[in-house]
Amino acid sequence: MPTVSMTVNGQKVSGEVESRTLLVQFLRENLRLTGTHVGCDTSQCGACVVHVNGNSAKSCTMLAVQAMNAEITTIEGLADGDTLHPMQEAFRNNHGLQCGFCTPGMVMSALDLLNKNASPSETEIREWLEGNICRCTGYHNIVKSIKEAAESTGG
Amino acid sequence: MPDGTIHTGIGASVKRVEDQRFLTGKGNYTDDINRPDQTYAYMLRSPHAHEKIISIDASNAQSSEGVVAIFTGEDMQVGGLPCGWQIHSEDGSPMHEPPHPALAQGKVRHVGDQVAVVIADTLANAKSAAAKINVEYEALAPVMDMKAAEAGAPFVHEDIETNKCYDWGLGDKDAVEKALAESDHVTEIDIVNNRLIPNAMEPRAAIAEFNEATSEYTVYTTSQNPHVIRLLMGAFVLSLPEHKLRVIAPDVGGGFGSKIFLYAEETIITWASQKIGRPIKWTAERSESFITDAHGRDHITHAKLGLDADGNFTALKVETYANMGAYLSTFASSVPTYLYATLLAGVYKTPVIYANVRAIFTNTVPVDAYRGAGRPEASYLLERIVDKAARETGLDQVDIRTKNMIAPDAFPYQTPVALAYDSGDYQATLASAMKLANVESFGERRKLSESQGKKRGLGYSTYIEACGIAPSAVAGALGARAGLYESAEVRVHPTGSVTVFTGSHSHGQGHETTFAQIVSDQLGIPIENIEINHGDTGNVQFGMGTYGSRSLAVGGEALLRATNKIIDKAKKIAAHCLEASVDDVEFKDGNFTVAGTDKTMAFGEVALTAYVPHNFPHEELEPGLDETAFYDPANFTFPGGCHICEVEVDPETGVTEVVNFTAVDDIGRVINPMIVEGQVHGGVAQGIGQALLEGCNYDSEGQLLTGSYMDYTMPRADDVPNFVVGTQSTLCTHNTLGVKGVGEVGAIGSPPAVINAIVDALSDLGVSDVSMPATPAKVWGAIQSAKTA
Repeated sequence: MPTVSMTVNGQKVSGEVESRTLLVQFLRENLRLTGTHVGCDTSQCGACVVHVNGNSAKSCTMLAVQAMNAEITTIEGLADGDTLHPMQEAFRNNHGLQCGFCTPGMVMSALDLLNKNASPSETEIREWLEGNICRCTGYHNIVKSIKEAAESTGG
Repeated sequence: MPDGTIHTGIGASVKRVEDQRFLTGKGNYTDDINRPDQTYAYMLRSPHAHEKIISIDASNAQSSEGVVAIFTGEDMQVGGLPCGWQIHSEDGSPMHEPPHPALAQGKVRHVGDQVAVVIADTLANAKSAAAKINVEYEALAPVMDMKAAEAGAPFVHEDIETNKCYDWGLGDKDAVEKALAESDHVTEIDIVNNRLIPNAMEPRAAIAEFNEATSEYTVYTTSQNPHVIRLLMGAFVLSLPEHKLRVIAPDVGGGFGSKIFLYAEETIITWASQKIGRPIKWTAERSESFITDAHGRDHITHAKLGLDADGNFTALKVETYANMGAYLSTFASSVPTYLYATLLAGVYKTPVIYANVRAIFTNTVPVDAYRGAGRPEASYLLERIVDKAARETGLDQVDIRTKNMIAPDAFPYQTPVALAYDSGDYQATLASAMKLANVESFGERRKLSESQGKKRGLGYSTYIEACGIAPSAVAGALGARAGLYESAEVRVHPTGSVTVFTGSHSHGQGHETTFAQIVSDQLGIPIENIEINHGDTGNVQFGMGTYGSRSLAVGGEALLRATNKIIDKAKKIAAHCLEASVDDVEFKDGNFTVAGTDKTMAFGEVALTAYVPHNFPHEELEPGLDETAFYDPANFTFPGGCHICEVEVDPETGVTEVVNFTAVDDIGRVINPMIVEGQVHGGVAQGIGQALLEGCNYDSEGQLLTGSYMDYTMPRADDVPNFVVGTQSTLCTHNTLGVKGVGEVGAIGSPPAVINAIVDALSDLGVSDVSMPATPAKVWGAIQSAKTA
């Protein structure tokens, strides 16, 4: 079995995986980072979004071996101890989550948006979220959260 | 109720306590859990809708790498999955309840039916082995069309020699026929309430393990009601007593009804865990969710509404075909009957109503409750036929509604379809919604749209629902095989912190916050000192779970009552310690005070006294401070309100954009406005999904055509607008909290508002109806048909 090595949330990790092992399986099962979720099998729902070398990616749609030597950030890597990242804080402050299942992917995706566009319009936010499905919130408060995060981080 | 110092009481938009773990990836969903020596189950499913199983050859699979065991229906001879509600047909005969085996017995009845379970050391090995199982089938004709199925063979269940589960009626048929015949105008409508797939974002999952030392089973499962699962699986299917079966529903990623029911997969692995002596994990892939989670809606209805010359409703007659799917799911039979036809009065004083419902078996996934469950079907039918009646008679959409509405001073109001509404003010919610929706200036917005080649429309829905399910005696008389109370235990610890055990499961609703707010409010202690424990039959005394917008109205009321018992006992302890009469002890802001004196005892001191009872009224009280209440409501609650949808349709492409959506809901007292608004947003988005995007389609062979997110259109962020939400609090009269429930209002009220808006936009082109989902192709087609008509 191949050995993969990568940096996850700032820590160097490595493990043996089957060639067919998906990145999300490696994160959830080998590293026990279960904040990244699997909500579909057609790369549509976005519950599995993580950052790979600074860009959002659906970790259900890439192999673990494709992440060889990559820098990965998952939802577990955002907060500083008990202090939430401003995007997490904005979601909490605006009730941008209900059941919490899509939330990690939603937050990671939203962060990537602000990295690329510090001050997105509402239309830009809604279009960016095309690849993240939420069944609970109706998106209203997710959009509000992302707007607030953009403002609080100086966008 | 809120005091001046603690801002975590009733009515405060307290930020949710559960968010910290969800936002940091620390949630604990079923698939996040692993047990030592765990195996993995994979279900071999039928690729066919209706076939006889001739043989199953698993010999090659048995020797496949990592396989621990393979079981088929022949191995698993246990009870069938039960249905929890018995309906009697109009002729008095009980509904047909054909067996619902967890693993197929000789025949498959829908694509996705379980044929075998493969258990292996890894999921990949289980899947590989399943591919080596050879099943020989003999094709049978699929039963897909409800009306054809009613006519006769082929039968989904041969032994009952019919596809009709029941033929049920409610109301005075003769009076309705007579009133219709005497009406000045009769509006008729044909309605299809489109079949939906719930799609909670967390796929179903379960882990089962058997402890040989204690003979106990533990099942982790994605459930809205773990105690109900324990009862159904233990008592009806596997013959396991409650004290040997523990069911845990940890964090659950949304339910919307689809996680109420007892499913085959959790039952199979619980049974098999004892056979193999190792824990077994099963997690649905989304493709499996599409073909195994109970679907929702799927009604075909013809209705007639009679009106007199002044536009007053004289009678309503409704004939509905309701799809049950291949088997009766847990509450399937109640949805198109007591959760549907009883709501057909809506907010109107229609004097006579009759409904006939024929429930039909087909070779499709079982159909059961989905957010709203029966009530969205009723509100869609009513609000569409009222809209049509207004257009036919020339009455204004608002006038026809206000003219027929039950007056605010007419409560309690007995409808002709069994329910007695306790409170409401439908005129007020309508007026409030019209104001928030800027109806006054709609004409200007319409002109602007016209100038840009677009058609703009405004649609109304003044709806009602019955929630807080349910008074057990009433439900029992109507066929429910369960009680529908809720329980709560308030355990005060020696230093004054509190753990609440509630039977209401939270899977997005935020009970860990709102339930703590109730306790904080009543006991005057900070919310940080309160823990809400739910979802584990090993901890919680009992519970009927979360559905039918019942958590607050039933579970919250039980909690309030348990908290009041705590206060009553604590007062007695304080009276003893303060050497006063209990009648003179007042409790306020967390302190027990002897009226008119400065003698006082803090709540924490009383708690400590209860557990360190050196100075204690032993002759009168037992030590400890821990109280339980079971609450069975006296009536349903009746949230209602008005939704107004404004759409802009591009007549060239048929694309509909929801440009404004306003919802004013009367949900009784609001505990947490932030959470209430969130519930409405989510419900409305699901309603807009039903109206514009979502449709579950099968082909004539029973193959699901919409089996993934590429084919089944879930609402995305750019499909819905920001919502304008208002609330009104006409208090419920029969619970102390005055609450009615908010979980389903959005999904119940919104679909007719959307379709009415589209019809309004296109009515001058001659369009009088567009069926759901109103896709661009359908809307464009309706415009073209109207042009050529």
